[in-house]
Amino acid sequence: MNMLQENNWLLSVGTFLPMFGVVVLMLMPKAQDQAVKNVALITSIATLAVGIYTAFKFDFDQAEKLQFVADAQWISVIKSSYLIGVDGISLPLYLLSMIITLLVVIYSLDHVPNPGKPKAFFALLLVLQTGMAGTFIAQDLILFFVFFELVLLPMFFLIGVWGGEQRQYASIKFFLYTMFGSALMLVAFLALFFKTGAESFSIPYLIENGGSIAKNVQIWIFAGMFVGFAVKVPMFPFHTWLPDAHTQAPTQGSVILAAILLKLGTYGFVRIALPVLPDAAREWAPYIGGLAVIGIIYGALGCLAQTDMKRLIAFSSVAHMGFVMLGISTLTSFGVNAAMFGMVAHGLITGMLFFIAGSVKERYHTLEISKLGGMLTTMPRLGWIFGFCAMASLGLPGLAGFWGEFPAILSAYNPAEGLNQTVFRVFMVIAALGTVLAAGYLLWMFQRIAFGTAKDSSSHGHSSSDELHDVTTFEWIAWTPLLLGILVLGILPNLLFSVLDPAVQATLSVFGG
Amino acid sequence: MQHLNILAAQWVAPTIDYFGLAPELVLAGGLCIVLLVDLFIDERKKWLLSVISSFTLLAAMVPVLMLGLSETSVRSMFDGRYVVDNFSLVVKSLFLLAGYVVVLLSSSHIEQGEYWRGEYWFLLLTSLLGMLMMASSRDLVSIFVALEFLSIPAYMLAAWRKRDPKSNEAGVKYFMLGVFASAVMLYGMSLMYGVANSTLLTDIGAKVAATGEFSAVHALAVVFVIVGFAFKVSAVPFHTWAPDTYEGAPTPVTAFLSVASKAAGFVALVVLLYTAFPLAQDVWQPLIWVLSALTMTVGNVLALKQHNIVRMIAYSSISQGGFVLMPLAVAGLVGSGSTALRAVVLYMIVYAATNLGVFAIILAVSNKTRSGEISSYGGLFSYAPTLGVLMTIFLASLAGIPPLGGWIAKFVAFQSLIQSQSNWGYALALVGAVNSVIAFGYYGNVMREIWMRPVPDGDVTTISVPGSLRLALAITAGATLLFGVLPGVGLHFADLAEIAGAITR
Repeated sequence: MNMLQENNWLLSVGTFLPMFGVVVLMLMPKAQDQAVKNVALITSIATLAVGIYTAFKFDFDQAEKLQFVADAQWISVIKSSYLIGVDGISLPLYLLSMIITLLVVIYSLDHVPNPGKPKAFFALLLVLQTGMAGTFIAQDLILFFVFFELVLLPMFFLIGVWGGEQRQYASIKFFLYTMFGSALMLVAFLALFFKTGAESFSIPYLIENGGSIAKNVQIWIFAGMFVGFAVKVPMFPFHTWLPDAHTQAPTQGSVILAAILLKLGTYGFVRIALPVLPDAAREWAPYIGGLAVIGIIYGALGCLAQTDMKRLIAFSSVAHMGFVMLGISTLTSFGVNAAMFGMVAHGLITGMLFFIAGSVKERYHTLEISKLGGMLTTMPRLGWIFGFCAMASLGLPGLAGFWGEFPAILSAYNPAEGLNQTVFRVFMVIAALGTVLAAGYLLWMFQRIAFGTAKDSSSHGHSSSDELHDVTTFEWIAWTPLLLGILVLGILPNLLFSVLDPAVQATLSVFGG
Repeated sequence: MQHLNILAAQWVAPTIDYFGLAPELVLAGGLCIVLLVDLFIDERKKWLLSVISSFTLLAAMVPVLMLGLSETSVRSMFDGRYVVDNFSLVVKSLFLLAGYVVVLLSSSHIEQGEYWRGEYWFLLLTSLLGMLMMASSRDLVSIFVALEFLSIPAYMLAAWRKRDPKSNEAGVKYFMLGVFASAVMLYGMSLMYGVANSTLLTDIGAKVAATGEFSAVHALAVVFVIVGFAFKVSAVPFHTWAPDTYEGAPTPVTAFLSVASKAAGFVALVVLLYTAFPLAQDVWQPLIWVLSALTMTVGNVLALKQHNIVRMIAYSSISQGGFVLMPLAVAGLVGSGSTALRAVVLYMIVYAATNLGVFAIILAVSNKTRSGEISSYGGLFSYAPTLGVLMTIFLASLAGIPPLGGWIAKFVAFQSLIQSQSNWGYALALVGAVNSVIAFGYYGNVMREIWMRPVPDGDVTTISVPGSLRLALAITAGATLLFGVLPGVGLHFADLAEIAGAITR
């Protein structure tokens, strides 16, 4: 088994350190808001420090192998073990989750949304971090499932308690959709377990043995997983929870949702569904690709129809995740590399856009695009940052978004052997049209919000021009790393591709080249 | 006369294994002490009775543990009619610990109302004694005696609030339907005796195994016995007593009924299926399949509509019963018997911990709000964060969300269904999967009240939680988390539970 076991304590520490912070928070008296914030900040800095140390120790020459592997007994009766490890696919997402959490915590230091309760707010953020990081390191299906589900409750409460006016509806909808998906996914995992001889839930083991399952059984098992992951991504037609959840969630919730939670689904496809069930993946690929391009066009048209800035960004996520899924559906290493890059890029860019939306909401007290305007004159820095992110999001070459979108479209030109070329080339053309629409809605939004003159402040109630202050210090601290990331990955995409590629190649080796 | 003399001469006193009976004897001794002490102490010192009761239950745990550690794994008495095996020891400790938590829940509650305290403890312990007997009974007659032993005190406990018409209604409904169920079951048992010419469960099982034949009467008998227990575990369509009884009975009694009494029903059902009817699976598998699917679906759908927290928990516990039945629907298939048994035992253990925790919270909150409405939980998190978080943990566990205990229980149940690799198993797993999502509708609703709604009357005085409730909360929350994070612990005990004499394939 090609696994490296040195330093195998690193991942556990990095994953569970936030839980340690949660315990400390729970024991603290309620009134000490400042101390609560400090604990949360220190915990997330320490977590990221462990994460960065992990990256230093990571052997990039062997990125295709699982590293820091720990394998401990967990539920031996059902043959599930505490098996964790990272390879080139997991590591970027693992680190991304830590970075995003830290930035969200920094942003929250002076932006705890209504109704306050910072102690519970930060505790939930940290629980969320453990769940996200854990999902990316789990190499055992049951462990994966537990972490995958662990993020549900904190996000449910983040949306439901700290969200907008329709928050209760949105939070329940989010929860029921994802739970429905994961219930079917669990059944699929169990079927997979028994069809491979009831030996182990370990993902490497299942990758070795999953291919031997009869094709028609594979197709059914894949269907269960597909629903579980597709709800999370979210793919058309399972996406309807997303606009509500995003619109109602507090800024911090939206950022984490867009930047990390959506990736749990696509990551599940790459890590589990494709390599374990290659025959079914081939059968399903055209349908996945089809739904992906429908998502691209549907998301884009949805964006054009929105009047709410946050809802528009939410719909753009549907479109962007469509590109990611298109890349995955080609089953080529080229496409999956593009998809993985797209996941990271979308995390940085859309996370950033939601941060901006949060700051706009805070200043204007509305997100109605028609009531905004002239941001470049009133708050030039915020306006330009917004412009920068809109450009990145529409896939401008030189910024990170491009390297997710363009190769994904290109990969559809030449899908893996056994897939219908014509179909995928049609997908390619449709997806390319989607980029035009993307440019359309993003530029249109930017134009309406940033250009022109500031709208009369009396038209939106309590906001006075005093409140329209430009980017604050906390916002700068929270945003700079993301902006730098978008720029650096845009100019030097190979930084990420070189880590991803060996692992993607290894993962897709089941498809025979 | 001659015959009788011969019979009398042949009668040999059975050897009684007093060590094997020690848990029951300790409990019997304890309840006599409660009864006697009650006569001689004055009103103000009646709290002593709850102390004696709880110590009795803990004392009865000692022989259970010693039996568990002893060399002999199966102790059989009275020609195999009363058996102390690992299964019975595991469920006995479940009953005793659940009983202990119920005593903790009761002690402050009982002190407040106009209750007949002495008798309360006496009846509670008696019912628990019946449960311990149920765990070891391997004979139709002793099962029936144990069942009545545990049920009759429970009827009285349900009607304990004498001046409250609702409580009286609860008791009467429970009694009438319970007696009806007993009658149906007894009829089934008499048919069974007619077929097998024996009341010993293993004989009944062996009878079919030997001849391979299976008569219509036998099938009818199996159905009647199962229907009788379906009443006991409130499986749909035999659930109608449960919501009214749960709502009307004093809350600690409801906790007791929904956890311990229900578990006792499952224990007897499992023993019967595994030792007496193992080869009649063509009869009971479809029956249990339908009962399970109906129970979880109907329980869930009705729970969605409830406004009263106890009624909602009543329907939720009906639906949870469907999940316990789920693995039994494939238990007769080759290779599924032992995993189904493990799933049932684990589910009962986890469900007991979680549901008792829910009732502890209900008691603590109703101390302040004096209301059973779900809306009275509004804003609980803002003025009683600990209770709010604990209730969230319990509800999430009931909904089966990792990493809380409920998920592993549901997981193992699904596992045994899918392991059977039968289409019936897959279909039921899908029904269960859909239901576990629906269930979040009402559990999530309570969470929503706790976290997202304002306090209904604006009264945000903190809730003072009595010490005994605190202890109960600590035990149940600790167990719920432990079973979820380290599922191996619960599974270890569930895996130990082997029924001696069971025919599994």
